Amino acid sequence: MAAAGAKKLYVTEAGVPVHGVIAEFANPAATYHAAEKIRDAGYSKWDVFSPFPIHGIDEAMGIKPTKLPLLVGVGAITGVTLAYLMQWWMSAVDYQLVTQGKPYGSLVGEGGWESFVPITFELGVLFSAFTALIGMLALNGLPRHHHPLMKKERFLRVSDDRFIICVEAADDKFDPEATRALLASLGGTNIDLVEDE
Amino acid sequence: MTSIHPDQLTAERLSGKGPQLPAPVPAGSGDGTLIDDPAVRVPLILNNRSFKDVTDIVCGYAENKPGRWWFPAFMTAFGIAQLGGLFILLLVITGIGLWGMNNAVDWAWDITNFVFWIGIGHAGTLISAILCLLKQKWRTSINRAAEAMTIFAVICAATFPGIHIGRQWMAWFLFPIPNYNAIWPNFRSPLLWDVFAVSTYGTVSLLFWYMGMIPDLATLRDRADARLRNNPEGPRLLPFLPVRIDALRAYIYGFLALGWRFSSRHWHRYEKAYLMLAGVSTPLVLSVHSIVSFDFATSVMPGWHTTIFPPYFVAGAIFGGFAMVLLLLIPSRELYPNMKDFITLRHLENMAKILLLTGMLVGFAFGMEFFIAWYSGNKFEMHVFLFNRVTPDFVDPRGAPYWWAYWTMIGCNVVSPQVFWMRWARQSPVMIFIVSVLVTIGMWFERFVIIVTSLHRAFLPGEWHMFWPTLTDIMIFVGSFGVFMTLFLLFLRFLPVFARAELKAVMPQADPHGHHDAHAGGHDAGHGHDHGHHDSHGHAHSKGGH
Repeated sequence: MAAAGAKKLYVTEAGVPVHGVIAEFANPAATYHAAEKIRDAGYSKWDVFSPFPIHGIDEAMGIKPTKLPLLVGVGAITGVTLAYLMQWWMSAVDYQLVTQGKPYGSLVGEGGWESFVPITFELGVLFSAFTALIGMLALNGLPRHHHPLMKKERFLRVSDDRFIICVEAADDKFDPEATRALLASLGGTNIDLVEDE
Repeated sequence: MTSIHPDQLTAERLSGKGPQLPAPVPAGSGDGTLIDDPAVRVPLILNNRSFKDVTDIVCGYAENKPGRWWFPAFMTAFGIAQLGGLFILLLVITGIGLWGMNNAVDWAWDITNFVFWIGIGHAGTLISAILCLLKQKWRTSINRAAEAMTIFAVICAATFPGIHIGRQWMAWFLFPIPNYNAIWPNFRSPLLWDVFAVSTYGTVSLLFWYMGMIPDLATLRDRADARLRNNPEGPRLLPFLPVRIDALRAYIYGFLALGWRFSSRHWHRYEKAYLMLAGVSTPLVLSVHSIVSFDFATSVMPGWHTTIFPPYFVAGAIFGGFAMVLLLLIPSRELYPNMKDFITLRHLENMAKILLLTGMLVGFAFGMEFFIAWYSGNKFEMHVFLFNRVTPDFVDPRGAPYWWAYWTMIGCNVVSPQVFWMRWARQSPVMIFIVSVLVTIGMWFERFVIIVTSLHRAFLPGEWHMFWPTLTDIMIFVGSFGVFMTLFLLFLRFLPVFARAELKAVMPQADPHGHHDAHAGGHDAGHGHDHGHHDSHGHAHSKGGH
């Protein structure tokens, strides 16, 4: 099969669409070096699966820095703003409560804002924390109930001590023979086809 | 003799020329982790464990039946929790007059217990967040249990102000919820700041704990799934129910693991998110006990109106929290098989050093409070320290009957950790356990001293009143320990007790630049910890380093 210019749909002999090809690697170092080679070969839709984050694998795979910090920053600013507005509106606008003859609190200037600081800070932290967790999950496409890879019993060992690289059939450069050969040449073992569901 | 510069020996050893260090476990180094030589990288996990060993051991705690001690321990803790719950019920039905507090001492055991528990809850986030930012790799062995402990302690803490308010069914007035009276809470009150600080702290700690557990829950899911595939006829939940235990595990752990599949693209964002959670939790953990201290410091009560309170409370919280972590982990590592491979003597020694440090900080704060009481020239402030606390009533007629509480506090918090100056003491689990018990008692008394001795004899002698606890006071406090232990025992039984993924990441064979290519499939063989070789390699790798 020659690599086609347009994206090609691969199916198995039984007619099931192909998700990709997986190969097992012996240890973090082998995985790391294989990842560098696959990155240099120009693949884009592929992934390394490891029981723990391999140090420096982001660079080896050419993963772009995530936008998550930006999201968390937005979350923090939202939390801080909402907290301050809430306290100001509740104590200076909607229900003016006299406390020790102090000013009711203001948006700018006049004073009275000082006692709003602790809650403003706390809610800033609260919103950032929620954004960090939910943002991380959302960018990762999680929660996800099932994935074609999870049908492979071998793949379950990734959560233990295996290191697996999967090149997806959706990749433009994917070719059943060539990709398999590349993975084998990098030291991959137990190379296997993964069916899509 | 004198011509050899001390650094020369180290340089020679590191370059492989000079005399090398002896075997990995020199005599007198305990389990091999108590080496003081900074040139030796002490193993974080003992017995050359492979990745698979770590998975099997850590997941085994949640999968296998625990020892015979677990069920009696659980039933005892659960029974005590129930008893405490009964007394809370009695209190709600009858009113808080069942407590021993009175018009003078209107904050008493309940608030003491609140501050005590919330303080204990500080160690978990400190270990996870601050030690994470400081790249202290040894934290990976203790962070999960400490985080769990934090959450359980916050649950116990939150109970006390919740029932202290008197009309417990109106607790929702603590939050800014639109209500029938069209009023809002007073945002200038430190008590309201406290509501936000504690609830934020509880929530963020829970998020942090849960996020850390996602990969480990996925491991438990995958293992149950694999067993189920190999043996669909595995053990049933109950003999007559067609529900397989592993199916239930795969379902529940799978639900909680959110479909985590160990992708490196996911890990990348996960690590970033973890780092940011650590970043926001660090000021959070410092803020929470600062805000708790504002409850006292912003009032004009002598003995409370002190600017040193925020740092003093934070140091005390870390102190008490670490003592509680040790109280839980020292017995756990004895009771569970192989746990000593993860929680080494070095871990205990490090925590003992933190106890010593924070104990001294607390001791300094005690002294500084006293100094400022004198230096400020405030008679009332000085009276509180000199006569309400320090001077026994049999020495001076102005002395208060609570002197023993003050001296218990000093003895337990300041004196007892001093034994850790001695090497043998901080390397002996028994000694550490004893000091931790004393510190826990001392930290409870610290809050008692601050609250009760200040209140019971304030400005006007006509208002003076003693406080004695009632049965309800005592039983609700004891019950909170029952709740805490029940939750902790359930955690030990059903959840990943160690941060498995993080543990693996700090193991020597996890280093992608080590010379491990040579051993094909070597990760199953389990490598020795090749100290000298590793250190001379020139890469100082740490998790999330760049």
